[in-house]
Amino acid sequence: MKRTKTTVGVALSAVLALGLAACGGGSDDNGGGGDGGGGGSAFDAAVSKVVNPSTKTGGTLKYVITDAPDSMDPGNTYYAYNWDFTRYFARALLTFDPKPGEAGLKVVPDLAEGLGQPSDGGKTWTYKIRKGVKYEDGTEVKAEDIKYAVARSNYTDELQGGPHYFTQYLAAGDYKGPYKDKNLDDFKGIETPDDHTLVFKLNQPFYEFDYLLTNPQTSPVPKAKDTGLKYQEHPVSTGPYMFENHSIGKSFALVKNPNWSAATDPLRKQLVDRVELTMKVTGADIDNRLLAGTEHLMLAGTGAEAAARAKILSSDSLKKNADNPLTGFLRYAMLSTKVKPFDNIECRKAVQYALDRTATQGAYGGPVAGDIATTALPPTETGYTKYDLYATPGNKGDVNKAKTALQACGQPNGFETNIAVRGDRDKEVAAGEAMQQSLAKVGIKAQIKKYPSGDYSSQYAGKPAFVHKEKLGIIIAGWGSDWPTGFGFLSQIAHSKAIKDSSNYNEMELEDPAIDKLLDDGAKTEDIAQREQMWSQVDKKIMESAALVPFIYEKTLLYRPPNLTNVYFHLAYKMYDYPSIGLQ
Amino acid sequence: MIAFIVRRLVAAVLLLVIVSMVTFAIFFLVPRLVGSTPDDLASRYVGRDASPTSVQAAKKRLHLDDPVPLQYGRFVKGIVAGDEFDYGPQTVKCSAPCFGYSFRTSQNVLDLIKDRFPVTASLVFGASILWLTGGVAVGVLSALKRRSFFDRAAMSIALAGVSLPIYFTGLVSLSLFAYTWKIWPDGVQYANLLDNPVKWAYNLVLPWVTLAFLYAAMYARLTRSGMLETLNEDYIRTARAKGLPERTVITKHALRATLTPILTIFGLDIGLLLGGAVLTESTFSLPGMGKMVVDAITGNDLPVVLGVVMFTALFVVLANLIVDLLYGVVDPRVRHN
Repeated sequence: MKRTKTTVGVALSAVLALGLAACGGGSDDNGGGGDGGGGGSAFDAAVSKVVNPSTKTGGTLKYVITDAPDSMDPGNTYYAYNWDFTRYFARALLTFDPKPGEAGLKVVPDLAEGLGQPSDGGKTWTYKIRKGVKYEDGTEVKAEDIKYAVARSNYTDELQGGPHYFTQYLAAGDYKGPYKDKNLDDFKGIETPDDHTLVFKLNQPFYEFDYLLTNPQTSPVPKAKDTGLKYQEHPVSTGPYMFENHSIGKSFALVKNPNWSAATDPLRKQLVDRVELTMKVTGADIDNRLLAGTEHLMLAGTGAEAAARAKILSSDSLKKNADNPLTGFLRYAMLSTKVKPFDNIECRKAVQYALDRTATQGAYGGPVAGDIATTALPPTETGYTKYDLYATPGNKGDVNKAKTALQACGQPNGFETNIAVRGDRDKEVAAGEAMQQSLAKVGIKAQIKKYPSGDYSSQYAGKPAFVHKEKLGIIIAGWGSDWPTGFGFLSQIAHSKAIKDSSNYNEMELEDPAIDKLLDDGAKTEDIAQREQMWSQVDKKIMESAALVPFIYEKTLLYRPPNLTNVYFHLAYKMYDYPSIGLQ
Repeated sequence: MIAFIVRRLVAAVLLLVIVSMVTFAIFFLVPRLVGSTPDDLASRYVGRDASPTSVQAAKKRLHLDDPVPLQYGRFVKGIVAGDEFDYGPQTVKCSAPCFGYSFRTSQNVLDLIKDRFPVTASLVFGASILWLTGGVAVGVLSALKRRSFFDRAAMSIALAGVSLPIYFTGLVSLSLFAYTWKIWPDGVQYANLLDNPVKWAYNLVLPWVTLAFLYAAMYARLTRSGMLETLNEDYIRTARAKGLPERTVITKHALRATLTPILTIFGLDIGLLLGGAVLTESTFSLPGMGKMVVDAITGNDLPVVLGVVMFTALFVVLANLIVDLLYGVVDPRVRHN
């Protein structure tokens, strides 16, 4: 699958702000560019190249996290960091190339021998899997184990933690899942004509199907070893590491998998002896531990907290070991098209023009926390093009244009509305306050309503009935894609079919047939360049609707202790490529 | 004495039943009374990609569509006779006493508590020795050397101890001792007592001292005021008039009387802290009961919250029972009455 150099190039120039030519060089054998000079730590160095390339083995790589992963079951997790981390022990059918920069966006075969072979107009996808791949117990991986893994993660009542794209795209009829229907042959969405062939039968053409298969849900699970919700305690490994112990919600340790073979896995290495994760450590403590070098990586990849951020940025010796990449997240306000007066596009435009985006950026933490956003797609996704439909001088808002829009909306003196924010997220509250002040300048009186983040989508902002009842005209939220394309990003927040009774992420409740058609047609389009053009059109259509008010393309400040080797920021996972990292 | 203990134990069981009913009502009944439907509750446990099908499945699997009394009945039955839990391919038997399963992690609540309790108990054990001995000793000395430099200095430090929150003193101690002077270069990382007692104690020194600093300050002030009051009592004057050595007057007469209210508070403090020393555990990232229940509350993990509340109530009841029994040992007047 080829990519459009121009589009991605534009995107990456914004993302990386560096010369991608450096990616090609390097003397290491770790798949990355390397700087050829034996490391060359510098601020943002790992965004574009491998820092400290090395083949040195040994040591214990220590991860920490403030909370706990949703599940270590590859079939039941929905965090980007876990999709990155589970590659230590779970090999999916396909994956992203373990390389820095643009190369990392390329889908490459992992368990499969090659990318999918489409037929039947994009409704059938065939994959051959590598021979000789073994589980940690020495038994060989079979095609049926991958079929079973997809079935359990998408068609059972118990495993609800991950996405359900396969339920959406596979032609599986009313298949009840392997826990209720013990006969796997009844799962018609995937056929396994032999032990090394998988044929996916889709209910519609979908030319981004290869991207779906990078999901850890396609890593094989032997039926006999499946313990359902308990499987997270010890997923059976196909990767270079396997579980030694696991105390759910506290800690676990991975050790080398003796049955992993580099001959069947050209993408990974077994550099460190052990990988450990400690959970539920406070953010400030994590920063201190990373700066002291006693722990190595923050698993969630959310970056340093305010105090540590200031410390890192004010010290040259620390700053050279830090990176400030885009996270792929867009932070925005969605204007509910079903809450008056935002059912009128002119009222929505008034908000677009009134907003002081510089103040909102400041509320999020300034330039280090993100670049000012003007589009629906962030620069990390294919289809991104830079433009600003509601440009204002210095990004500080334009009162005159806003008042003109209010006049056209029939609300010349402004109106009253509510801003929903997650009350326990300081940056979001600050952004809401900045927006409130911007809107007040044009007569829009907005009241901030705070809701708990844990239930924000399921009970409040993501529940249209609640939004209508409480008149939540403005909903502050954010989104990151499940795979780095325009479709992966926009289909979940802008397609009318994405509107749900709860956990709704199209909080605008935007129902635009033109957007739906572009997304639907784009998914059926084989030509990549044409597809990416369509994602750009969707982006523009969303902004023309004025229902999405982008704030920032989020950035984070990641600290990498200097004793780490082979560190680079992976563009597909939007964090360091964990399985590649070693220790000096 | 035995009748007294039996009476208290029966009262404790009744209290636990009431606590369980109240807690259950708060988390399962009140949301319904204010308009939450079983679907609303279930949608919290289906992850980011909630669909109507998945919400229905979660509702059924977690029994959220059952009437609340039936759900409470299942909870009680689990404690008395055990329960079963659907993991998917198989159903797992949970033996009595079964406190249910976490809505978030599908872990047996009792196993979670068993896993976290040693951490909290270790913290409370060490810290309570420090604050009881330190606080009482300082309080007694302050009372005996009233208005001396020692008294003023000790009470000033005690005032600071009471005033400074644990998340401040804890973070300062971590910053200084762990990350600046590197006496604990790896920070605080809990080690199992049975695996490595030295490492266990070494890693708990900072949390012990931090927690004890707060409580010792309170105990010192309480002891000091109690001692001052007792030293003015007639029987102390009588004891001195009899010619008893001052040491005997202080230890056998004054201190004993002072200790009775201290013991009462000590029992309550121990019971409450065993249910989770929330701030200390959070500050030092110790995986104890307190940290677990905070996470459970923020994550709407109702069975875990319920389990920890029940155990906290049990600890408070037991601690008070032990304190009541100790009254007789400490204060002869109780024995004679």
